[in-house]
Amino acid sequence: MREQEVSILVGGKAGDGINSAGAVVAQFLNHLGYAPYLYFDYPSLIRGGHNFAIIRGAQKAIGVHRDPVDFVLALNRETVTRHQERFHKNTVIVFNEDTVHADGQGVPVSRILSEEKAPAVMGNSAVIGAFAKAAGIPWDTVHAVFSAHMPKGVDLNLRVARRAYDHVMTVLPIPRLGNRRLSLITGNEAIGLGMVAGGMSFYVSYPMTPSSSLLHFLAENAGRFGITVIHPENEIAVMLMALGLAYGGQRTAVGTSGGGFCLMTEGLSLAGMAEIPVVLLVSQRTGPSTGLPTYTAQSDLHFILHAGQGEFPRFVVAPGDAQDAYLWSAVAMNIAWKFQIPAFILADKTLSEGVYGIDPSGIPAIRVDEPLSWDGTEPYRRYADTPAGISPLTFPGTHGAVVKMNSYAHDESGITTEEAGAVRQMSDKRARKSAGLAAEMETCETVRTNGVPGNGTAIACWGSAKGVCFEVAEEIGLRAVQPVVLSPFPKVQLTYALEGATRLVVVEENATGQFAALLRLHGIAPDATILRYDGRPFSPDALLPRLREVIA
Amino acid sequence: MTGRQLITDAQNTWCPCCGNFTIQHTLKAVLSDMERAGTSLDEVVLVTGIGCHAKMADYLNINSFYAIHGRALPVATGIKLANKKLTVICCVGDGDAYAEGLDHLIFAAKRNIDITVLVHNNRVYGLTTGQYTPTSPLGFRGRSTPAGTAEFPINPLELMLASGATYIARGYTRKMDQLKQLIAGGIGHKGFACIDILQICATFFNMTEYYNAHIYDLPADDKSDFLVACTKAREWDYNSEKPIALGLFYRQVFPTFEDRVVREPVQKPDRKAVISAFLGAQQ
Repeated sequence: MREQEVSILVGGKAGDGINSAGAVVAQFLNHLGYAPYLYFDYPSLIRGGHNFAIIRGAQKAIGVHRDPVDFVLALNRETVTRHQERFHKNTVIVFNEDTVHADGQGVPVSRILSEEKAPAVMGNSAVIGAFAKAAGIPWDTVHAVFSAHMPKGVDLNLRVARRAYDHVMTVLPIPRLGNRRLSLITGNEAIGLGMVAGGMSFYVSYPMTPSSSLLHFLAENAGRFGITVIHPENEIAVMLMALGLAYGGQRTAVGTSGGGFCLMTEGLSLAGMAEIPVVLLVSQRTGPSTGLPTYTAQSDLHFILHAGQGEFPRFVVAPGDAQDAYLWSAVAMNIAWKFQIPAFILADKTLSEGVYGIDPSGIPAIRVDEPLSWDGTEPYRRYADTPAGISPLTFPGTHGAVVKMNSYAHDESGITTEEAGAVRQMSDKRARKSAGLAAEMETCETVRTNGVPGNGTAIACWGSAKGVCFEVAEEIGLRAVQPVVLSPFPKVQLTYALEGATRLVVVEENATGQFAALLRLHGIAPDATILRYDGRPFSPDALLPRLREVIA
Repeated sequence: MTGRQLITDAQNTWCPCCGNFTIQHTLKAVLSDMERAGTSLDEVVLVTGIGCHAKMADYLNINSFYAIHGRALPVATGIKLANKKLTVICCVGDGDAYAEGLDHLIFAAKRNIDITVLVHNNRVYGLTTGQYTPTSPLGFRGRSTPAGTAEFPINPLELMLASGATYIARGYTRKMDQLKQLIAGGIGHKGFACIDILQICATFFNMTEYYNAHIYDLPADDKSDFLVACTKAREWDYNSEKPIALGLFYRQVFPTFEDRVVREPVQKPDRKAVISAFLGAQQ
């Protein structure tokens, strides 16, 4: 066991409820005073296959799992055979002895279930109860976590867990730490909460992993958040419906992954030309095409930066963890409406479906900024040219206003034109919005740093790779930088963060070094890239040897 | 705004004798009637696709969303969901609605969203200079099919019946009074209204003589029988030499999409408190 931290692997087949079991284990660690993180690994199928979750608790907030595990909760035999390389000499295996033969703490799951007259689905509670005892977790903690986090059947689950708890011995007690309890949420939940905080009234989405869990979360909670959630016929309709909603005055977001976003690009370009605010979550998975639906990637960066015909301003933010995701999703909503542009939240499977611990008392305060509005003194012109390029907004239904949106090149009133001067005027107007957006971003903290700021060797990363890179930089004393905002490119802040660095190593999860290429485009030359493109996120254990290789 | 000038200063670029003029003047007359009857035209929105028909957005001095090819319907759906008080009218072409955006047409009908769709069905692509559309007859010789098309046209009325539209009509640009009644009826109907308008294309597919020789008016009887409407819709398949019925084929009242999904009154919870409560429950 690493000092002041613990890692637990829960494994079984799809349909065994591995993710829910992992969430319960994560709450145990939370209640013991650890900052938890959960990585969930599952194939794209409904039943069968091998699912596992790695739950890690540490003294400080973390955003990545480690490869070695201290405990294994094996719901099937494959969990033991498949993960041997993660075990160390003290790893404790807690297993269902009906199906698994191993050295460790066996639980007679079927006997407990039949004696308690409990359904098969509660078998996990037996293994979880046995784990709690093996790890020296007090029964009060088990009781508190089950009571707060089991959606139903708490009493019966507790009876099943208690039988297993009493059946095994405490073999590797997890010491209690003194940290305050955190809120455990997925990246997609954080994005949804940020959108809600940013004033979203409609969310429109067609299901696509790994964005779907945001659709489910917002649909489930639409009533309490005061929003409406729509699932239309395809992503083309999603995007166009969102633009209609925004034209009608509703702050709207859409969500998808790369394949769905392909279908949204004509609507994206329309948003650029017609100057319509819209927020897009694009959560990346391994491509090209259908690729690996349930595995991660950072290979859509250039696609997002350049999608859509023609030239128009866009805002792209790539949060690195749940805390970032909450803040920047709200910011994206305000930016979209302030500048009347598309604003992207670029995530990936690791961020979207990972579970992070955030301090609920430390979440940033969000203000919903009202967009520039028409004051009614002059006849309304939807594309009135202004020094900042931002035209006052009003919506159809407003007394005395004719609101004309247009996908064609248009004049200030929104009527089609092919006149050269007017075309150039509107293009210049959109360019001034780009400049204004870049200036506004200079007033925000768009680049995060960690590790040793003065070290001559710097790791640059983006998105969810923040978790692994920041941890590794701290561990071996390097500098780490992560631009959260990728468009407009935060050149000033990034240059400042890299001041004095003599060696720059880029770490990203794609095969071509897209972020490294973006840096080069802006005059920052990386010395080396460390790439991973097998659908799995870097762990510190996988990254460290490769990092040592390039900086040796 | 009342008694507004309904035509903008934009230069009109439709061909002489284009059927679009009829639809424009008919729509203008319907809007004037609505205004006289007390509807504020500030609460009317026109959504168009791309094609000759779509210039309507530039020519009519009302709220408009000049969208992209095939996508007027999801935009219109979003507008209606954003503000149920708005009257949303779509002008779309046959290539627009029946080819590029067919999925949206079917789903808008399926949802029974309260919008009115006018399909400017000239059965040819005009703006791209003369290719076949989904309603061109078999063997149509267009610039992309010089040897004639090898596919039958679709029958949009039959398709709309199957999809769940609750107001289905066919008009003709040479019968302006009837067209006006059909459009006004569609706007007045609470639910999804689709009016297929046979429109001649003066340049690429002038069917005036053919239509004049084949049209007849449907009687003004009960229109709520689905099977009767199906039989009538199948009488002319947009291909064969058959009588062409004009008028209202079907009307039925069902709950609309916007009334089913948008909660009334709109709840405005204290979002900060709700977010805190959610986070608290995850501890």
